[in-house]
Amino acid sequence: MRDYILRRLLMLIPILLGISVCVFTIMQLVPGNVVNGILGIEQTPELRAIWEKKLGLDQPPLIQYFRWMGNVLRGDFGESFRTGAQVFPEIISRFTITAELALLSCLTSLIIAIPLGIVSALKRNRPVDKVVRVAALMGVSMPSFASATLIILFLSKAFGYFTPVKYVSLIQNPGTNLEIMILPALILGTTMAGSVMRMTRSSILEVMRQDFIKAVRAKGAPERITIFRHALKNGCIPIITLVGMQMGGLLGGTVVIEQIFSIPGLGQYVLTGISQRDYPVVQGCVLFIAFIYVIINLFVDIIYTYVDPRIQYA
Amino acid sequence: MSKQAILRRALPGAGAALPRQSESAFILVWRDPLGRAGLCGVALIALMAICAPVIARYGVAEMHPKAKLTAPGLTFFFGSDNFGRDVFSRIVYGARVSLIVGIVSVGIAAGLGYLLGILAGFFEGKCESIIMMAMDIIFAFPSILLALFIVSALGPNIINTMIAIGIVNVPVFTRTVRASVKSVKSMDYIKNAISIGLTPRGVLLRHVTPNVLAPFTVQATLALSGAILTEASMSFLGLGIQPPQPSWGSMLSDARKYMEIAPWLVIFPALFIILTILSFNVLGDSLRDVLDPKLKL
Repeated sequence: MRDYILRRLLMLIPILLGISVCVFTIMQLVPGNVVNGILGIEQTPELRAIWEKKLGLDQPPLIQYFRWMGNVLRGDFGESFRTGAQVFPEIISRFTITAELALLSCLTSLIIAIPLGIVSALKRNRPVDKVVRVAALMGVSMPSFASATLIILFLSKAFGYFTPVKYVSLIQNPGTNLEIMILPALILGTTMAGSVMRMTRSSILEVMRQDFIKAVRAKGAPERITIFRHALKNGCIPIITLVGMQMGGLLGGTVVIEQIFSIPGLGQYVLTGISQRDYPVVQGCVLFIAFIYVIINLFVDIIYTYVDPRIQYA
Repeated sequence: MSKQAILRRALPGAGAALPRQSESAFILVWRDPLGRAGLCGVALIALMAICAPVIARYGVAEMHPKAKLTAPGLTFFFGSDNFGRDVFSRIVYGARVSLIVGIVSVGIAAGLGYLLGILAGFFEGKCESIIMMAMDIIFAFPSILLALFIVSALGPNIINTMIAIGIVNVPVFTRTVRASVKSVKSMDYIKNAISIGLTPRGVLLRHVTPNVLAPFTVQATLALSGAILTEASMSFLGLGIQPPQPSWGSMLSDARKYMEIAPWLVIFPALFIILTILSFNVLGDSLRDVLDPKLKL
């Protein structure tokens, strides 16, 4: 197992290098120059040259790339061209916000999806199954930004709700933080629940057909034990895979919801970086998100072995 | 005796439900109530997009300064926006934009994905490793983020939006085609075709491609809804379709400022986005059940 994890971590190196080259190349294609944005109409050729030298933009792209990568390997993601603040600490602080939102959304999704998926599978082709399947399809097809806008409209008309103007962190005030996070998490969670529900239903249906379930039932085990200890445990591998992929996707995918609810997460940081042509911010964030994404995939692979001991990595 | 006849004989009770080989996927989808609903939804959206100039009552940028933020009525079916533009006409033309972006971007993704998937699956070796490594790299980005990133580099407009969404979707097609090619490649008839001297091109076109088409078609239908959703999300963030071209996503985003006093500006674009994606998903699901029953959820 330790060898497998090590091998997987080693395999990350070419992927992350490829990602860094991709990110850097795309940023070089971005039209306009950050110096234009910083100096505005007051720029002179001299001032421009000073700023380009200061930001390292006077060097050829290859030198810029190696300089950036060298610093990244030492844990230095550079400074924001706009604010001058260190990028890495800012990424970490914003990542905690996005991770909190992603975890809450996943939790919401699992709470809704697993029981409904099981009920749907057990009551196959009955009215309750049909209702759950249509609800799941609605969930899959409901873009979070569209449902968020409609829900905000409804809540504001019915209860005078307004999206929070200022973000409060979990450490500052857990109660207020949850008040801010609960609605976006519910919206994202409901959207995610659709596909998890469908996957749970199909996995449970698949497992319930197998002989060992008949053997468990023949032994006289109660239905609750049959479902939760045997069927769900054996059918949860695809569900874990899906949730893992969704978690990874949420790290950058919450950008729209963060924008709607004014949550200062990683997505909003990237978006600001993109619109302001702030290379270090965008490069750092995208590289970080891709890294976390592949780590989540590795983590999911490791979880498999705990859920199903038959899975062994040589 | 044909395979169908043998099946009918073995399962007399289920004989009526067994699809005949001559039946097209269209008929099989039409028989499924959900599939029929999806097909009707997609047909309606397509009709709306094709006949936009006939259905729309006003031009997309036509302003009526005296009728700003008018509620839905006989003059403006879905009301008017803060510039006095007809929301109904913009929704109708927005369908055209959504469908064009969806079809072209999925076309780009499917074309590239097919080529790369065939190369990776059929030729294997280093070629496969390089292609799959590149796909893993693209896959490591959350799709919306990568699309935003590419479009910001190329500049936000409709062409670049389609290219960005296309690139983001390439890995899904490459993986689907590669997996199908690999499973088909080990079949005896492919080995026979190679042994009688058919060129790799001939094997690919005559034997492999027809066997890859079913999962490929299912993937394309499902990817269409994803592409439309990504376009709407990008436009919502201001990095997709640029004004005055109407996009449901940007209409929804612009409307948020006025939703307290003019809720119709939010309701109609949101409903059309949801209905379109729902229709494509329902159709994709039904098509998958018909063409690729192994993947049935």
